[in-house]
Amino acid sequence: MTTRLRRFGLHLLLALLGVLMVGPLYWLFTSSLKQSADIYTFPPVWWPGSLRWDNYPEAWRAAPFADFFVNSAVTTAAGTLLEVTNAVLTAYAFVYLRFPGKRVLFAVLLSALMVPGHVTLLANYLTVADLGWINTYQGIIIPGAASAFGAFLLRQHMLTIPTEIVEAARADGAGHLRILYRVVLPLSRPMLITVTIVSLVGKWNDFIWPLIVTNTDTMRTLPVGLLMLKQADGYVNWGAVMAATVFVVLPVLAVFFVAQRHIVAGLTQGAVKG
Amino acid sequence: MPASEAVLPADDTALPRTGSDSAESDSAGSGSAGTGRAGTGRAGTAPGNPRTTRTGRRARHRRRLREYALFLALVAPNFLLLGVFSYWPVVYNAYLSLTEWDMIAPVKRFVGLDNYVDLLTGGEFPGVLRTTAYFMVGVVGGSLLLGLAVAVLLNQRLRGRGLVRTMVFAPHVLSGAAVGLAWLFIFDPNYGLSRFLFELVGADSPAWLTDSDRALPAIIVVYLWKNIGFCAIVYLAGLQNLPKDLYESAALDGAGPWRVFRRITLPLLSPVTFFLTVTTIISSFQAFDVIAVMTDGGPGGATTILSWYVYDKGFSDFQAGPAASGAMVMFAILLVVTLLQTRYLERKVHYR
Repeated sequence: MTTRLRRFGLHLLLALLGVLMVGPLYWLFTSSLKQSADIYTFPPVWWPGSLRWDNYPEAWRAAPFADFFVNSAVTTAAGTLLEVTNAVLTAYAFVYLRFPGKRVLFAVLLSALMVPGHVTLLANYLTVADLGWINTYQGIIIPGAASAFGAFLLRQHMLTIPTEIVEAARADGAGHLRILYRVVLPLSRPMLITVTIVSLVGKWNDFIWPLIVTNTDTMRTLPVGLLMLKQADGYVNWGAVMAATVFVVLPVLAVFFVAQRHIVAGLTQGAVKG
Repeated sequence: MPASEAVLPADDTALPRTGSDSAESDSAGSGSAGTGRAGTGRAGTAPGNPRTTRTGRRARHRRRLREYALFLALVAPNFLLLGVFSYWPVVYNAYLSLTEWDMIAPVKRFVGLDNYVDLLTGGEFPGVLRTTAYFMVGVVGGSLLLGLAVAVLLNQRLRGRGLVRTMVFAPHVLSGAAVGLAWLFIFDPNYGLSRFLFELVGADSPAWLTDSDRALPAIIVVYLWKNIGFCAIVYLAGLQNLPKDLYESAALDGAGPWRVFRRITLPLLSPVTFFLTVTTIISSFQAFDVIAVMTDGGPGGATTILSWYVYDKGFSDFQAGPAASGAMVMFAILLVVTLLQTRYLERKVHYR
């Protein structure tokens, strides 16, 4: 009986935990569908009396969200592509090619992880300004296109690929790029997916750099656009503001539910980067 | 729920160790495995080459140079970018911290250590450091304690734990700006969830974000909500990696669950705890987006932590000197934390 009671208690605790974690998201999603009468009222309305989908087009018009979306999509896609390409090429070179002083170079690569983003803000802003890239896509993308941690993760993974497989390909006369593309990459798939998704989520959510490096509404990305909306709207219209927030959150949540395993793997390792 | 249990495969559960593994396989990797692999590969591509002839030697030499060139070509873009946007900024930032500059004037005035003296002897900076410390203790301590508690709960064989694990981790991947907005509404003293919860116990909701005593705790709550899942997942992986036999013998000795937890589980988890302490410190030092959306560092500087200070000085006040020196202080603190981590991990590797 006591074990039964204990198990009931544990389940209750588990349910409470779930409510605490999902509650804010539930509040966000339901509020994005509430009409003003359901928002500015007390006690709170747990399920909107009538679903007001108009909050979404309203938010879309309140700030140039079409631009934000395009900007976020372009910078995330291009940035991820570049970062992952750098990670793959660097990892391959460090595992399969000889070079004098390779170990020192690898240590140099890893030391980039010790540089916190805030220390580079000022200098990178000035560099990007010198390049004439303020308020451009390349200004948002290029400073984040290098990969230290992704390269490290992929290298660790490539070291576990059995030597015989690569040697067999080489004996067949395959060159390095062919081996990379046909042998090593397919065998690194799980880690490649992890590195890609972590990069994707990081760039989609990136905030401070796009905030600094852009200065017109039409170049802002989604997270920065949220800040603009809040400042413009003065959070008078909670329904629309919550709808705009859903724009930002929903794609990442969708990716999260599909690729949860890879994200967990990547972020728990990626945490070293911080 | 076998399906949801399988969400985390075995290889994920070994994660907390990767930090230390890296140090080990680093030497093994680039030393023996790397060259060994290339060496055998060379023999494979040139079968029957007379090793002693000059032409053979020259061909091998050429091949080696080609390999060097390919290596350079593959890593050059990455190193170039890191050089320009990661290493150089540290040097340049260090220089900027010794100047007085409004980010516009053509000349930067060199002032030596004046900025640092100004920071430490007066004005708002000591307060910023205090706020940062308060914030760090709240977020790091809270995330670890609650993360461990959640991990222990999720480690029990309970129905629906896979689902709850997903729910717990989900906030971690969300944009801080979006999370900040959602919580802004929750904390609204008139129409937010906060009012509902406080009325349950018959109290008025505090005006969280406009009250300088409540704003920082409110920000800490949001970061906890965002971070607990991460700590819980890493702790959970650690828990699932613990050797079962120790527990069996402890059970034979008649040790109670609390005693087992304190005497066996906690000590065995200490590498995980250390790893999480360091990573949470690093990430909370860079906390920015939630603050930007919720409080702008206010009210009255109540939520101005170091990261906000650097941004505000540089990009609102256009004072490059104080911003850069603030950033150097942050860099120095994080460097110490990272070095501690490296030394700790090295020690662990040696003991193994």
